[in-house]
Amino acid sequence: MTQLLPHPETDYPVVMLAKTQFLKDAAAHVRDSGHRAFVRKALGGYYTNRDLQKARYRDWEHARDAASLAKWSAVNRLDELLPRFVANFEANGGQVHWARDAHEARTIILDLLRAAKAKAIIKSKCMTSEEIHLNAAMEKDGYGVVESDLGEFIQQLRGEPPYHFVFPCMHVRRDEISDLFGRHLGSAPTDSPEELTMIARRHMRRLYVDADVGITGANFLVAETGQISITENEGNARLTAALPRVHISISGIEKVVENLDDLSVLLPMLATAGAGQPMTCYNTLYSGPRQPGECDGPEEMHLVLLDNQRTAILADPEQRDSLHCIRCGACLNVCPIFKNVGGFTYGTTYQGPIGSVITPHLRGLADWNHLSGASSLCGACTDACPVRIDIHHHLLHNRRNAARTAPSRLERLGHRLFVVAARRPWLFAAGGAMFRRSLGLLKALRPPLLKDWLASRDLPAAPASSFRGQWAARSRTRHPD
Amino acid sequence: MNVDLFIPCFVDQMSPQVGLAVATVLERLGHTCTFRAAQTCCGQPSFNAGYWDEARKVAIHALEVFAGAEAVVGPSGSCVAMMKVFYPELLAGTPHETAALDLAARTFEFGEFLVKKLGVTDVGARFPHRVTYHDGCHGLRELRIKDEPRQLLRAVKDLELVECDETESCCGFGGLFSVKFPMISTAMAEVKGGSLVRTGCDYIVSSDPSCQLQLDGWISRCQSSGSLSAAGGGRRPRTVHLAEILAGTVS
Repeated sequence: MTQLLPHPETDYPVVMLAKTQFLKDAAAHVRDSGHRAFVRKALGGYYTNRDLQKARYRDWEHARDAASLAKWSAVNRLDELLPRFVANFEANGGQVHWARDAHEARTIILDLLRAAKAKAIIKSKCMTSEEIHLNAAMEKDGYGVVESDLGEFIQQLRGEPPYHFVFPCMHVRRDEISDLFGRHLGSAPTDSPEELTMIARRHMRRLYVDADVGITGANFLVAETGQISITENEGNARLTAALPRVHISISGIEKVVENLDDLSVLLPMLATAGAGQPMTCYNTLYSGPRQPGECDGPEEMHLVLLDNQRTAILADPEQRDSLHCIRCGACLNVCPIFKNVGGFTYGTTYQGPIGSVITPHLRGLADWNHLSGASSLCGACTDACPVRIDIHHHLLHNRRNAARTAPSRLERLGHRLFVVAARRPWLFAAGGAMFRRSLGLLKALRPPLLKDWLASRDLPAAPASSFRGQWAARSRTRHPD
Repeated sequence: MNVDLFIPCFVDQMSPQVGLAVATVLERLGHTCTFRAAQTCCGQPSFNAGYWDEARKVAIHALEVFAGAEAVVGPSGSCVAMMKVFYPELLAGTPHETAALDLAARTFEFGEFLVKKLGVTDVGARFPHRVTYHDGCHGLRELRIKDEPRQLLRAVKDLELVECDETESCCGFGGLFSVKFPMISTAMAEVKGGSLVRTGCDYIVSSDPSCQLQLDGWISRCQSSGSLSAAGGGRRPRTVHLAEILAGTVS
């Protein structure tokens, strides 16, 4: 089944199977050893800082248990906690809008923009907005949108989606950023990260003040208080949410946590796992629009709650815990696949291990299961996850579900033949002997699979006899009878 | 103790010396080894590919083969993990679930068995070479084996153990992943293999023959194509199983 995908680099739909595109992009990217080395180097700093912060916890594993429990108890009582959140949010003056899918979410937001007579929109970092392709929809309707997060701003100027949940432009070199700012903002070239930040800051400052509408995401929705919790380092989300007349927040329904106590473990762990920081610079709770007597804040505060297949994942007790994800990006940072193919190869909003788990649910198993297949199941992701999602085992579960609903006939036949042999030791041993004897010929013939191995790796010669053959001889020598 | 040897299918056919080394070590420690010839495969390839109905049939055969064994010991983290960790999941809700849990409790990876079950770290081996250890992912993350192989290696006379800078990185084998996504698999071999070679070691030690196949395959190709890093002193390290060092059978 062909799937029309907007290609990350061009914006034009490309008619190609998602899997074919993935293999093509992966092959191209692994050849770019400069890019791979650059990303690896960037992550080196993250690993060091992350380990330093982990060591400061009294017991990091216990903290993971606590964080996991906070999300587990919220997700498994979503039917109780989501309405409680909404009631409290509305009591604070917030307005809630329910969106079944991406299309509905975009429609709701465009309607809000129209009602607000919006002229200029400023936006802070929001992966959910990427999921629903919000920027493209707003631009198509004639709205000017600026990303205020420095990394997202850079990606916007480059015409690329974010490379990573937390580090949207981790693949971009400083000289490339300087060049980019020179071309788009007229700034002088510089190598200094502080100067580059100031260039963006000066550009952004005016935009916050001029914007009618500020769009943010949400990291956590606190049921107890009806507050939206946003974690950031730059302060751009605070300005985006507070200065414009209208604040629109978008969040998946699974972001609910029960109470503020849960944040006391989730906020530091999000920072530690996500960025190797003890806490991010700003962690803010938004309690609704400006109240009478208050001197600042938006006049209106809206929250768009998005389903988009989350209830389907919720209904699956085996993979429900993938909804515990706090989008920290730790699994991406340790994944050898991510590090070697880069964030764009996935061809979809959510990259890396968790992306490979949920994308088949969000966008269809038959078309996207290759992401679950593109893994050696090393398990580094599961070990890194601050909320103990069983990530790599879910990749296995996706593969099993795909084999059940959309099996490859040839592959299934191959496995069935293997089973026939594996249950008949004499046949299995005979097959093995035949394989050993013909290995030399097979190497010359290069049938599929073997060909793929031999393209980049050697294979040893087969030994003259198998273990079972040598064991039998050894036993005869020891116990001749 | 009577130990039942679990010889993975590709060890049986491609690296039989590993299985023999396991037996040599265990017999030297005073235990008897049996090889139940009806064993074939643990079923992991089908399981990993998602064909669980097929994998289940292979698993049930393995359960029948090893019924009543006192201890089942295998020289492969991935195959042992299949039996210990995944058989209970694969056979959950079937009449074989109890047997799977029972077998899981009696199945061990080779290094794990020596250190955790027998309480032995010094098997009287000598290996006067510089070696580095590659942590196979299934052994590391499914079976939680990290220190045991190092304890065993540190007790080997005249052996110099060094660590690479990517000890816990996956070698990129991942079973059929290595041929379904060969370009990614090779990139991963480059990262891990490169790191191992840079230690300047003579031998790369592993507890997983499948990792050995991948790493050795990549190193060998680098050598023949002339791109093996000179940082390793131009040395081409050989890959060898932990059991072979402990048995003293490295050729």
